[in-house]
Parts: sequence; structure tokens; C-alpha cells
Amino acid sequence: MDLVSLAVRSIFVENILLASFLGMCSFLAISKRIETAMGLGVAVIFVQTITVPANWVIRHYLLAPGALAWTGSEALAALDLSFLVFICFIATIASLVQLVEMVLDRFLPTLYQALGIFLPLITVNCAILGGSLFMVERNYTFPQALVYGFSSGAGWALAITAMGAIRRKLRYSNIPPGLRGLGITMILTGLMALAFMCFSGIQL
Amino acid sequence: MASKLAKTFADPLSESNPITVQILGICSALAVTVQLKTALVMAISLTIVTVGSNVVISLIRKSIPGRIRLIVEMTVVSTLVIIADQFLRAYLFEVSRQLSVFVGLIITNCIVLGRIEAYAIQNPPLPSALDGLGNGLGYGSVLVLVAIVRELLGSGKLLGFRLLPEAYPNNGLLLLAPGAFIVLGLLIWTQRTLIGKFDTE
Repeated sequence: MDLVSLAVRSIFVENILLASFLGMCSFLAISKRIETAMGLGVAVIFVQTITVPANWVIRHYLLAPGALAWTGSEALAALDLSFLVFICFIATIASLVQLVEMVLDRFLPTLYQALGIFLPLITVNCAILGGSLFMVERNYTFPQALVYGFSSGAGWALAITAMGAIRRKLRYSNIPPGLRGLGITMILTGLMALAFMCFSGIQL
Repeated sequence: MASKLAKTFADPLSESNPITVQILGICSALAVTVQLKTALVMAISLTIVTVGSNVVISLIRKSIPGRIRLIVEMTVVSTLVIIADQFLRAYLFEVSRQLSVFVGLIITNCIVLGRIEAYAIQNPPLPSALDGLGNGLGYGSVLVLVAIVRELLGSGKLLGFRLLPEAYPNNGLLLLAPGAFIVLGLLIWTQRTLIGKFDTE
């Protein structure tokens, strides 16, 4: 039950895009067309579900203070490598994205074709690194990390798909020149964030 | 030569501002602007990282193999960010707590990687340093403006000092996420109208 409410919270209430502002760059750039927006959304769910638990394992067995105790060596158990978190996480993300790309290309070529250019772009999407860093900051357990990875990705996908749909409707509206493009998208995102705030207080 | 260098430095401050014109590094611009103090710390950290990574990459640009350049760039950037993060934790612990994950997220901040790819990889160290400085300050100036609006109207204070009279009803919305989006949207509108650069959408 705990996990269900964590999922609801990270999809709607603490949406990684609308409440924590992560992944804005690709959100603004890719939401022009709804088809590509959905493609990127699916890719983010996919990568986020893999990288957050993977980074959890790395942190708990290699980097956290005392994490190396499983080696049985006193000297190693006393180490605190947590300052290496950033560089290890980004390396994990980059290599996992590469790996996912190769596996998909080999076994699921249709999905690989559909995701196309978006997979490699995800390495530099801050929602992915941010998800892993939030996982560290909030001390999630492994099942929680798994659920959080999936649902924060799903929340991001939901937001970008909705924005893609809104921008499609926007194409024929008469917007003041200075506000066109980035400006109006920011204000719309603000209104969307306002709407999503109504979900706060939902308890399961 | 000197005027070209000056242009490299001054352009990103307004004409090609990283946030309002190039659309880079929006995430942190929104998240750290609840208070002026965090915004200032973030702006300084990002400027240092951008200048540092631009100089380092520019120095070794001839010996980086093209195929693995992204990995090299990421390693340089994350090393600099680790230094910045450890420094903040040692000397400004409170601010570093408030910034939470966003110091780490400088690594994936598009400004840093964007400037390396677009400039430092093909230019000598001095112009690269100026380009990094200009972009860092251009980013910082937007951050400071947004933070001033949000902190002043949201809680009636600046840097913790009360500026507006006690009777001012604080606009709590500006402190929340939607306020950030809307303030930045309006700022982009103003800035683009002033410099006369519009999106053709």
C-alpha cells in the first residue's frame, strides 16, 4: 500500500517536471509535436525504471559509508566514497542508455526504431540524474526505488504528452510576438503545475 | 581581436542569453530561485564550473578523440561539480542543504555541455574562458532577477531582510512551482520584446 501511494505521489503530486523542474530542456524542445513527445516520454519511463534501481545497487554496495563491508575487509568497510556519487551515477546512466540501445536494436527492433534519436539524448536529461539523486536524498529502499523510478518517469511522460497536445492546439492562436514559443510554453507549464497542485492531499 | 573577445563575453549577457534566448539550463533556473541567496550561490557555482570546464576542454581539445569526446567532457564536468559540491558542503552547509540535488545537476545542465560543444571544443583557452564567464553571468543575471521577484513578492523579504511593510499580504503562489514558471515566462516575454528576437512558430 505504501508503494501505491508512493507511485501516486510521484506521478501526480510531486511530478518530477512540474514540481521539481527536472528535464525542462528536452520538455521545451521536444513538446512541439505530440508524436515525438510521446516517444520521448516512453523512452524516459524505460530508462528511469532501469537506472534508479541500478544506481541504488551501486550506492548501497559500493559508495555509501560502510557499504564495502560485504568484502569482509576492515579497511574497505571504513571507507566513505559518497563524494563519488555524481561521477558514478552519470557513468552508469550513460552506459545503461548505451546498453539499452544495443539490446533493443538486437531484440526489439520495432521499439528501437520508434524511440530513434531520443534514447541517446536521454543521457543528458536531468530528470534521469535527478531521479537517482532524489532516491539518495530520500533514502528509498530497493522496492521503493524501483517504484519511484517507474512512476517519476511516468509523471514526466504524462506532462510532456499533455504539453504536446496543448501546443498543437496553440498553433493557430494569435500570440504576441515576444511571447511566442518559449514564453507562452513557460506560462502554460505554470498553469499546468497549478492544476497538478490540486492533487496534493490525496492519500491512498 | 579585443573587440571580438569583448563580443564573446558580452553576447550571452543579453543578445544570446542562455536561458531566455538559447533555452538552456531552465531546470535549475526555476528550482533555486525561491530565495535570492540560493540563486546567487547557484549562479556563482555554475559560472565557475562553466569557466573551468571550458578552459580544461579547450586546453586538451586537440588530444580528445572525436568518438569518445562526450565521455571525456562528462568526466571533466563531473569532477568540477564534485569540487564545487564539496566546497559548498564545507563552507556553506545550510545553502548546500537548500540547493539539495541541484548542485549535482549542474552536470546535466545544458549550458555547461552546450558551451563546451559549441565553443570550447574548437577555440583557444582565453576566448573559451570569456565565453564561459559570459554565459555563466548571463544565466546568473536571469536567476537573480527571477529570485528577486519571487522572494520580494512571495515573502516580502530580500536576502532575509524584510523590505515590504508588514501589512503586505505575501503572495504564496510565487514561492511554489507555478509561480516560478509564470515569472520566468513573463521575463522571457519582456526580454525578447526588448531585444526584438522572436520565435517563428
